[in-house]
Amino acid sequence: MSAAPATPAPTEEELHELALTQAEYDAAISQLGRIPNRLELGMLGALWSEHCSYKTSRPLLRLLPSQGPRVVQGPGENAGVVDLGGDLLCCFKIESHNHPSAVEPVQGAATGVGGILRDVFAMGARPVALLDGIRFGDLDQPGQRQRFARVVEGIGWYGNCVGVPTVGGETYFDDAYRHNCLVNAMCVGLVERDQLVRARASGPGNPLLLVGADTGRDGIHGATFASVQLDQGADERRPAVQVGNPFLEKCLLEACLELLDDPDLIGLQDCGAAGLTSSCAEMAHRGGVGLEIAVDEVSRRELGMTAYEVMLSESQERMVLVVRQGSEQRFRTAFGRWGLHSDVVGRVISEPIFKITEHGEAVASLPLQVLVSGVPERHPEARAAATQSRLRDADPLDRDPPWSLAEAWVRLLASPNCGESRWVWRQYDHQVGDDTVLGPGGDAAVLRLRGRADALAMTVDSAHRSAGIDPRRGTAIAVAEAARNLACVGAQPIGITNCLNFGDPDRPEIMWQLEEAVAGLADAARGLDIPVVSGNVSLYNQLDGQGIPPTPIVGMVGLLDDLDRRLGSGFTRAGDLVALVGSASGLAGVELGGSEYQRLAHGVLEGQPPELDLDAERRSAEAVRDAIAQGLLASAHDCSLGGLAVTLAESSLLGGLGARISPPLVSPERAGPSWSFGLLFGESQGRYLVTLPPSALESAQAVFEEHGAAFRHLGEVGGSVIAIEGLVEIQLEVAREAWTGAIPASFRSSVSGLA
Amino acid sequence: MSVRFGIAVFPGTWSDRDCSHAAGLAGAEAVPLWHADRDLKGADVVVLPGGFAYGDYLRCGAIARFAPLMDAVRAHALAGGPVLGICNGFQILCEAGMLPGALLRNSSLQFRCQPTWLRVETQATPFLRECRQGATLRVPVSHGEGRFYADRETLAQLNSEDRVALRYSEADGRLSSDANPNGSLQNIAGILNPERNVLGMMPHPERACEELLGSADGLQLFTSAIHQLASQAA
Repeated sequence: MSAAPATPAPTEEELHELALTQAEYDAAISQLGRIPNRLELGMLGALWSEHCSYKTSRPLLRLLPSQGPRVVQGPGENAGVVDLGGDLLCCFKIESHNHPSAVEPVQGAATGVGGILRDVFAMGARPVALLDGIRFGDLDQPGQRQRFARVVEGIGWYGNCVGVPTVGGETYFDDAYRHNCLVNAMCVGLVERDQLVRARASGPGNPLLLVGADTGRDGIHGATFASVQLDQGADERRPAVQVGNPFLEKCLLEACLELLDDPDLIGLQDCGAAGLTSSCAEMAHRGGVGLEIAVDEVSRRELGMTAYEVMLSESQERMVLVVRQGSEQRFRTAFGRWGLHSDVVGRVISEPIFKITEHGEAVASLPLQVLVSGVPERHPEARAAATQSRLRDADPLDRDPPWSLAEAWVRLLASPNCGESRWVWRQYDHQVGDDTVLGPGGDAAVLRLRGRADALAMTVDSAHRSAGIDPRRGTAIAVAEAARNLACVGAQPIGITNCLNFGDPDRPEIMWQLEEAVAGLADAARGLDIPVVSGNVSLYNQLDGQGIPPTPIVGMVGLLDDLDRRLGSGFTRAGDLVALVGSASGLAGVELGGSEYQRLAHGVLEGQPPELDLDAERRSAEAVRDAIAQGLLASAHDCSLGGLAVTLAESSLLGGLGARISPPLVSPERAGPSWSFGLLFGESQGRYLVTLPPSALESAQAVFEEHGAAFRHLGEVGGSVIAIEGLVEIQLEVAREAWTGAIPASFRSSVSGLA
Repeated sequence: MSVRFGIAVFPGTWSDRDCSHAAGLAGAEAVPLWHADRDLKGADVVVLPGGFAYGDYLRCGAIARFAPLMDAVRAHALAGGPVLGICNGFQILCEAGMLPGALLRNSSLQFRCQPTWLRVETQATPFLRECRQGATLRVPVSHGEGRFYADRETLAQLNSEDRVALRYSEADGRLSSDANPNGSLQNIAGILNPERNVLGMMPHPERACEELLGSADGLQLFTSAIHQLASQAA
């Protein structure tokens, strides 16, 4: 590179624009042995961004257990892969698109879905399901309804057009997300073992194809944009948000899957964050080779684009492939059948460098070692906020309740967090593919596997309120809840994917949260013996210094041995018995710390989050699965958000049947004023509300005893009232009105319509 | 000899595999028909499935009507061959002028994926001949633009000629606005051409062919057509 020495050093402002620190810039110079030119600096900035390099989180993520007998591919590829047996593999990942969705909700959310779909079909897997975890401020606050509605519209639009069902997810509203909405999208795909593709380049001389959309100026610096805090000027960053074209994605998907049988396909990779730079560099680096790209060969959407813009564009719906030399025309023809344009834009070279040419001249040349893994790991200071421990000192049972038990119960059911989320998922096609046996609205979604007796289950969960008090335990709780959700349908967890949504890690208290959360994720993954096979980290979810609470969102996939034994969460028959099962300590729990009741009634976050006993969790999940497999249970529902009372009401409402149960505990003599609220609405872990026919009682008790899990018969299904004896009862219809209206009412309450 | 269903595949079609699956469950053979070909590959019945044919960034089906395959579909229909347009297929049939009316944006202005009940209004078509008139079928919808609209004269004609095939109803067959998922005029969910061999409907019968998935009522549309063709052949 002869032109390089003439490059003047970048100003501090320019470095900030690239999200590089002076120290990182100096490290780049020392590794390269020269000053990088502007294009090289841009490429370094993109690949060294937090979004691409995980430079802050990588040292922590190594702590996660990612091994297991079913693991085919752990973290490091486009998505994780687990073995379903019989040569069928399941490929899945969750990823954030928070920053773009905050700026342009429809396109931000839509392209989030597009990106995660490409991650999965880049592995050769056909995407069979989408899920999402989304978070907003309270719906009565200005702008929140619009943002929420438009994110839902964007997720639906993209998934619906591509024809992949959105089968589950989690929606949560909390003032803490007022400035930073979260949009995490998860995709699950299936692939035959011999069709699994890895994103690796190999074979010097082999051509590199770029297929799909022409390259435009959209999304330049998207990766760096996602690696800095939003500020009030966020609207001016709109050009950093890409625009999606789901039709093109559908064509890309079908074309790529058609080509899997071609033995001349060597590597396949999606063009995501940092565009061509990142996709090509990573592909070459994984394969231990180099790449040479001629930017002149890249078809463009706009005139006058510079090499810099071409290499850093994040135009959506593009894939790169390495194919065997001589087969390129065959691939181009195959893409042409789907109306897709493709260009041969470069070649594999043996020297491990990434070389860019323009008009036949070298304009950049970076060793892949420097570009992909040269970024110095960051170890920012981690220290709990001084206020953190004070949160735990308070006893939430000491507060005076503002409502009666009945009013609190109805208010919880009418809150958008505990209420029915049909408003969201009826906008998503959750059936296309004809495999959705249990769709959204239950504990976990269940998809059949064609030609097999077993079935796939999946869920997305999080517990940010508990994580706000204790990030380690809160994160473990999210994993435990996901595992319980799978157990409720009868499934055994086989893999975890996760998205860690946090604020600015350069603030010691945020870095502390991140460290604690990763430790909690590792605790739970080890304790429950579920490998973490993929994940994503989204930092800098912060606006003008206000960060989000630590929000690890966990996606989990499981297997049910027998689809015919699957269970729903709604009551099925009057006369069935109701039982609370799970860990003994949880059964006795009266824990309001971090609960949804606490948020609604007092608007505070305080006290200890619920105790979590991973051993007990594992035993009770096994007991529930065993009882389901033996056909003893009629319904099972995870007892979580809103506590026993909300769980009971949900099972009632889903089944259209009332129930009458006795409280699992009697009030002690010296109980705080909120004791019975804790009993009804406390979110003690490890519990399931199950029903069973009276004839199965003895056998079921024996199963739970055998597994060392508590089983307490509390009452019976039936009638038009939901009652907790001696404490409170509500009419089923009153509960239904509150529950079904929870989200729609927020849109009706304002005359001005969308705020 | 088994009846052959030709399943149209535009690049943005996504219920082609579901339709093939349903045709198979009904006992027919299914063959994909590529949008750029004019070849029906000997299909006895043509299905235009759901999806977003060419992206539908313009009006749904507005480009698909020009597809080479549609020339063959038109000829098939003119010769009396049965054609079933589902969701996007219904939109395409309307754009192609093979059925009257248009499908507008849902009155909710939102996409809707939900189960519906459909009241069978006529048996006089190959696809519904084995359903009982007045019976209700549990079949889901999944669309953003499914609000059937036609001018007054066309509506009157559709009604007087018994060409409204299906209406959204309650489970017991009562018509109500609550039962109407998209604001369709007169709760119309599906209509026929004058010759009664072309049925367009917004709901997805191919998603209602197995109790496992919530309903098997939709299978009757496929089996009715198969039996009709078999009896003609006999």
